[in-house]
Amino acid sequence: MTDLLAARWLFGLSLVFHIVFAAVGVAMPLLMVLAEWRFRRSGSAVHLELARRWAKGTAILFAVGAVSGTVISFELGLLWPRFMAFAGPIIGMPFSLEGFAFFAEAIFLGIYLYGWDRVSPRVHLASGVAVAASGAASAFFVTLANAWMNAPAGFAMVAGAAADVRPFAAMFPPGWAEEVVHVLLSSYAATGFAVAGIHAALLLRHPGSAFHRAALGIALGVGGAAALLQPLSGDLSARSVAVNQPVKLAALEGQFETERGAPLRIGGLPDAERRETRWAIEIPRGLSLLAFHDPDAEVKGLSAFPREEWPNTRLVHLAFQVMVGLGTLLAALSAAWLLLRLRRREPPRLFLRAVALAAPAGFLALEAGWLVTEWGRQPYAVRGVLTTAGAVTPVRSLAVPLVAFTLLYLFLGAVTAVLLRRQIVEAPGGAAAAGGGAP
Amino acid sequence: MSPPDLLGAAILAALVLYALLGGADFGGGVWDLLASGPRRAEQRALVERALGPIWEANHVWLVLVVVVLFTGFPAAFAAISIELFVPLVLLLVGIVLRGAAFTFRTYDRPDDRVQARWGLVFSASSVLAPLALGVVVGALASGRLRVAAGGAEPFAWLAPFPLSVGLFAAALFAYLAATYLAVEAEGALRDDFRRRAAGAGLAVFGCALLAGALSWREAPAVFAGLTARGWSLPLHLGTGAAAVAAFAALFRGRVRAARAAAAIQVALIVLGWGASQHPYLVVPDLTLEAASAPRVTQVALLWALAGGGVLLFPALYALFRVFKGERPFAVVDRRRS
Repeated sequence: MTDLLAARWLFGLSLVFHIVFAAVGVAMPLLMVLAEWRFRRSGSAVHLELARRWAKGTAILFAVGAVSGTVISFELGLLWPRFMAFAGPIIGMPFSLEGFAFFAEAIFLGIYLYGWDRVSPRVHLASGVAVAASGAASAFFVTLANAWMNAPAGFAMVAGAAADVRPFAAMFPPGWAEEVVHVLLSSYAATGFAVAGIHAALLLRHPGSAFHRAALGIALGVGGAAALLQPLSGDLSARSVAVNQPVKLAALEGQFETERGAPLRIGGLPDAERRETRWAIEIPRGLSLLAFHDPDAEVKGLSAFPREEWPNTRLVHLAFQVMVGLGTLLAALSAAWLLLRLRRREPPRLFLRAVALAAPAGFLALEAGWLVTEWGRQPYAVRGVLTTAGAVTPVRSLAVPLVAFTLLYLFLGAVTAVLLRRQIVEAPGGAAAAGGGAP
Repeated sequence: MSPPDLLGAAILAALVLYALLGGADFGGGVWDLLASGPRRAEQRALVERALGPIWEANHVWLVLVVVVLFTGFPAAFAAISIELFVPLVLLLVGIVLRGAAFTFRTYDRPDDRVQARWGLVFSASSVLAPLALGVVVGALASGRLRVAAGGAEPFAWLAPFPLSVGLFAAALFAYLAATYLAVEAEGALRDDFRRRAAGAGLAVFGCALLAGALSWREAPAVFAGLTARGWSLPLHLGTGAAAVAAFAALFRGRVRAARAAAAIQVALIVLGWGASQHPYLVVPDLTLEAASAPRVTQVALLWALAGGGVLLFPALYALFRVFKGERPFAVVDRRRS
């Protein structure tokens, strides 16, 4: 394994790991605050118990997210010092603001988790709101930095170095709004459905449990709303990618030739050697329609770009199919949930089973989507400006930290799973929740 | 002051706060490792209670240092990341295991064996992290990192002086933590931590002598800062006075005064390090000026820090006010009425 590949694996692994906890850190505080808010309004003991349980889960997940996020902030330099030397002054601003958002999240989470009996109910609830807001702000700022890597702006290249740096123009590069909205919605959808899936499974085991029904209501409310909005946001994102990152669009759609009235390909396997995507279901003019809202619009194919600037078409296309497929599934489940709610019907067992099975779908879609945006930008770290190979550290033997951190992440992931499982198993089931659960 | 100097000062200020707050949390881990005597369990319980609500917020100071460094001084961030790859990875391992094990212990089963296992991971990593952090600081000041040469020497930091600074950092953090914990404890438990603070204070003194002696040959910038600059003597007098005041207050049971004096002592030590290596970020090849981002970035960053600080400090005060009593930073030991 070359050191470049080891660096990419290590950084990718760190982000694949951290991104789960980051998304949970955005969405879980909202669920927990909604549960506490219901309790404060109605005095429902079930909702208080729910807020406390969810807060414990959030505490574990946030701690792992805080330390794994710290690893990433250091790894930016440890693995990609040339990227940081170049990009630091240009996109440091959103990172710095993210630092303050992280501060706020940590401070108010401390007050929320340990302050149940130390601050007034109103201050407690307000702390929870501050955690949820600063979690969303963190994701907002970090995604701005990623948006800049995809569509760099706010500087000029003079003799191989950045000049005329405008930090605030760099902070809001083309396509920032689309990407930020997409990332925020994905956090709420993934977390909402993961939580809903767990409680749906438990509701199947303990039918009639008020506790799990309350949990399902809040988690599906948040996750479902996000999952229903996500296709709209995805459409906006795809159109922004079509304009700002045409190579990425061509790769994720498996579009090799430039053509008018390009078809939308569902599934299929791109073959970069033969320059075609085989075995896909093609919807005529679908891609032109979706990407440009015009069935005859011209879509640039990969052939329009030098071969060495292509990303790995197979990986990008497959990851994109996974993301869209799972997102569509979650949107369909959300629509079904909305219909059930409108008709004021209890969710049937078949629906609960589907939600339980879909528990990992949101996070798989989120990971796939992140891989699409990162793989799709290769060979560049900063599109068109700095290649990933040009950004890597001169330090050798990177396989050593790769192995060490892989083991560390496996260990942390396993322990987190065991502890969360125990929290969930010990949660009040069936009859216990209906009566008990008072503080 | 120019923007690079102001930003350098902001980084140093954040490092002082990280030492006083985050450092003390690592020190708490040291006392978990060294818990002994009849009140061993109470000592560990106190450490856990003291850290629980605040360690994550205290940890963010380090993240702030990293982002300000790479935004304001990108060349230094790149050079430091390359030259100090190994100790920085060790620091990360320490940070990850400390935070994770602390949280896992809180939420895992209360039975003794499970708790002891997490406790060992928590406390051992609480020692590893300050050692690595001290090595990083020592290496930056030593003049061993020849950034200008361009090549990466993975073990350039491995020498007596950086290692002695690692020990110094661990001793300082343990000392701070013991004075803080003495305030939060009562009765015999408070006496336990008064004794520990005094013992750690002696270790600090020993480490300071060792590092100072090694700096004569190994870290000329630091040695000059200790002996030959205009502010050297006042700084020594101030640090010494704080140390003596801390000891006197510890013996007389004035734990709040001791805590304040220890904090001043540690702050002066960190400031003294910063002043010794000014204007260098990496001695002797990289100055603040040379590593600077474009002026427009530095000015924007300074404004962001000022604005963020306005929001941050009241929130931090609220956090300590909620969990550390009515007078979270009190200096005077009032008599109980």
